[in-house]
Amino acid sequence: MRTGLEAPPRAVSEDIVATIGDTPLVDVSGLSPNPEVRILAKMECDNPTGSIKDRTARSLIDDAEARGVLHPGDTIMEPTSGNTGISLAMIARVRGYKLIAVMPDNVTEERRSLLKIYGAEIVESPGETGSNGSVVMAQRLSHQEGIQMLFQYGNPANPRAHYEGTAAEIIRDCPEIDVFVAGLGTGGTLMGCSQRLKEHRADIQIIACEPLQGDPVSGLRSLDDGFIPPILDLSRLDRKLLVENMDAIIMTRRLASEHGIFAGVSSGAVMHTCSRVAATMERGTIVGIICDSGWKYLSAGIWTGDLDVVEETLDNGVFW
Amino acid sequence: MVKIPPVLRHAAGGTPTVQVGGATIGEVLIALCEAHPAIGAQILTPEGELHKFVNVYLNDEDARLLQWVDTPVGDDDTLLILPAMAGGRA
Repeated sequence: MRTGLEAPPRAVSEDIVATIGDTPLVDVSGLSPNPEVRILAKMECDNPTGSIKDRTARSLIDDAEARGVLHPGDTIMEPTSGNTGISLAMIARVRGYKLIAVMPDNVTEERRSLLKIYGAEIVESPGETGSNGSVVMAQRLSHQEGIQMLFQYGNPANPRAHYEGTAAEIIRDCPEIDVFVAGLGTGGTLMGCSQRLKEHRADIQIIACEPLQGDPVSGLRSLDDGFIPPILDLSRLDRKLLVENMDAIIMTRRLASEHGIFAGVSSGAVMHTCSRVAATMERGTIVGIICDSGWKYLSAGIWTGDLDVVEETLDNGVFW
Repeated sequence: MVKIPPVLRHAAGGTPTVQVGGATIGEVLIALCEAHPAIGAQILTPEGELHKFVNVYLNDEDARLLQWVDTPVGDDDTLLILPAMAGGRA
């Protein structure tokens, strides 16, 4: 039983957007090599579209509405490798906006399908230029066409979603947290949580993990291709660790087979990092983010395919 | 041991790893660039500083969040260099 919670929210939500957030923590200490270190998974896969990006998207749209730059019927453009686009598309549907998602042409078919289900228009950028190619193309198109871009990479409303939501919930549910681990994408989760958690207790360690692709040319979601998201301030991180795709796949499978948690590959990378950090701690509690659920990755054979084949698939696609 | 990513391998004569000595990351990188000047040409600025978009990982950990080039290294440690593919404008 969870304790310390506020009164439960009303039983009937005004719409699906209102159900975003307030995700549970689940004990997955079976993944810890150290019996003195607890690992808790923050289940962001429980959000309406199955990813933590629902928080980001709601914050970006709420902020644009509050600033008066977004009106019903308006079109929004956003570069996204999938999850943020799907979240924005869902909220756009509910609130009466149109979304154009600029995404690499090598993302999984499920992401494309979900965007279409939510009514978004997709503009493809070359897969070999990764997420950064999408950023550059969206910036050019939005400028040319005069379309509003919320720009999650540089918008303070992105980290604010995690300062006010994700981290506040973690402190409420697990005030004894010693280490926080999340995957590095836009930096929104890590920056917002770092600020809030360090206000709670300055000695909480903030650890980022990022993918090491087999070939750095396709390793484009990592910072190593030269694009540093404007909201990312490395000084707010205590450590930043690379995770190889193989390690991420193995832990993604363990999450499902040992804990019944059906999560995406970046969550496997986060849990691998939690496990690595746990091995070097004396005792304590680590909270890791389960960034999204596994549905969007079924076609990549993550859980069923031969490990080497899956690794090669991951090296050539965008899964973060 | 220094791991050389595919993009720099031609500059190291095609090898994926190079063994060089040094007590700190900086010393190892200097030894690497002396042994393979073509790598130095890619990861160093004309002033001999590491390019801003070159990241160095010590046992998979970002060295900028350790003590950067002053981080001590041992014989069993592995360095990985990941240089920028393109400039930093986006």
